Amino acid sequence: MEKGKITNPLKLLLIGGSAGSLNVLLNVLPSLKPDLALCIVIVTHRKNTSDTLLEDLLSSRTTISVKEIEDKEVLQKGTIYITPPDYHILFENNGTLSLDYSEKINYSRPSIDVAFESAGVIYKENLTCILLSGANSDGVQGLIEVKRHHGVTVVQEPHTAATPYMPLQALHFMKPDYLLTPDEMITFINNL
Amino acid sequence: MIEDENIDLLMNDVFERYGYDFTGYSKASLKRRVSRLYSLDKFPSFAIFRHRLKNDESYFKRFVEEITVNVTEMFRDPSFYLALRNEILPRLGTHPYIRIWHAGCSTGEEVYSMAILLKEANLLSRSIIYATDINRDVLEKSREGIFPIANMKQYSENYIASGGRADFSSYYRANYDGVKFDESLSKQMVFSAHNLVSDNSFNEFHLIVCRNVLIYFDKELQDRVFEVFDKSLGLLSYLALGSKETIKFSSIQANYKQVGKEKIWRKVK
Repeated sequence: MEKGKITNPLKLLLIGGSAGSLNVLLNVLPSLKPDLALCIVIVTHRKNTSDTLLEDLLSSRTTISVKEIEDKEVLQKGTIYITPPDYHILFENNGTLSLDYSEKINYSRPSIDVAFESAGVIYKENLTCILLSGANSDGVQGLIEVKRHHGVTVVQEPHTAATPYMPLQALHFMKPDYLLTPDEMITFINNL
Repeated sequence: MIEDENIDLLMNDVFERYGYDFTGYSKASLKRRVSRLYSLDKFPSFAIFRHRLKNDESYFKRFVEEITVNVTEMFRDPSFYLALRNEILPRLGTHPYIRIWHAGCSTGEEVYSMAILLKEANLLSRSIIYATDINRDVLEKSREGIFPIANMKQYSENYIASGGRADFSSYYRANYDGVKFDESLSKQMVFSAHNLVSDNSFNEFHLIVCRNVLIYFDKELQDRVFEVFDKSLGLLSYLALGSKETIKFSSIQANYKQVGKEKIWRKVK
C-alpha cells in the first residue's frame, strides 16, 4: 500500500469519556440506525481488568456489531469498536489499528488524547471526535489536534454530564464545532 | 508530530549508518515515539535532530532506548501466570533440563516473575532462561534485577493473584528506593542482545515468552518473528504472547493449538 494514503476513505467517529460516560453511551449507541455508514471507536477509562461490562451491555442493546479491538484490526464501517483496558490505540495509515503499551498519559491507558491525536493526523476531515463526561482533562489536547487537522469536534453539554470536569476543560481550552446533549448526539451521529 | 516523510528519512539514516532496520515497525507507534523524543530533547529543528542522530553514536543509543517501549511489570496479567504455574510448568517439569526464551524482555520484570514461578515449582535449578532484547541498556538493568520499591505493592498483589503463596518480600532486599531481587533467581538467566527484525533462531526451547512486543510490529514483521519462534520450538513446546496478541491468521497457526483461555499455544505438528 502507498504510504500516507488511505485507499478507501473511511468515516470515523471516536467517542472518548471517563467517569459518567457509560450511561451516555448506553443511551446513545442503541438508538443509532443499524446501517451506519461510519465506523465508531470508543475510548473510555476502565479498570485494569479484563472487564467486558461495556461490550456485554452494548451488545445486548444494539444490533450494530460491537467488538473489542484486536491488534492490527482492519476497521470496518457499521461496527462499534471498544478499546481494551490498559492499552493505548494508535491509528495506522493503512486502515488498521495498533495496540500500544507505552507510558500512561494523563494517568490513563487508554488515553483519549493519544487516540484522538493519532486518528486526527490520518483521518483528517473524515474524523469526528466526541468528548463526554469525565473527571480529568484527558481528551482536551486531542480535540485541539483533531481540529487542527480539520476534523469535527464535539463536546457533551456540561450540564448534562454526570461529571462535567472533562467537557468544561475542553470548553476552557478550545471551541468545539458542536456542543450537544446526549439526545442531540443521536440525531447528530445518525446524520454523519 | 514529525511528518511521515521525515520519519522515513530518519529510518533510512539509521539503517545505513547503524544497520538497524525499523521498516517493519508500526508506523503509528514510530511516529509517536520519535515525535515524543524530538520534543523531549528540545531540538530547535528537524535538521539538527537528524544530524545529531546520524553523527553521534551515543545519541543513537538513546534513540533506540526511547523509541522502543520499555513499560513492563511483574506478574502482569496474573491469570496468565496462574495458567503457567498450574498448566504449563508441571509439563515442562518432565524434561530433564528446561530452556525458556524471553524475547523482548525489556527491563526484566517478567523474567524475574518466571524465575519465581520456576523456583516455587522446584524447577529453577534445572532451568535456563535466555532473556533477550534489542536494547543493551535494558538488558543491563535486567541483569541487575533492581526495581523501584514503589512498584512492590502492585507486584505483590499481582503475585498473590497469580497463585503465589510465599511472602513476596522474601524474594528481594530493599535498599533506599530500589529493591534487589535475589541472585539465586538471576543465576539461571542468560542475557543477550537479539534483534527480532534481523537475527535468527539460536537454540531450541521448551517455552518462548514474547509479550507485548509484536503489537509494535506490522503484520509482515510479525510473521517473520513467528517463523523464527517456530524454528526455535520443538514439538509439544509452548509459545506465550501478550493478552491481546494472537498467532491467528499467521503462517504458523496450523501447527499450534491454544491451551485454555490464556494466550498460550502448544506446537502440535
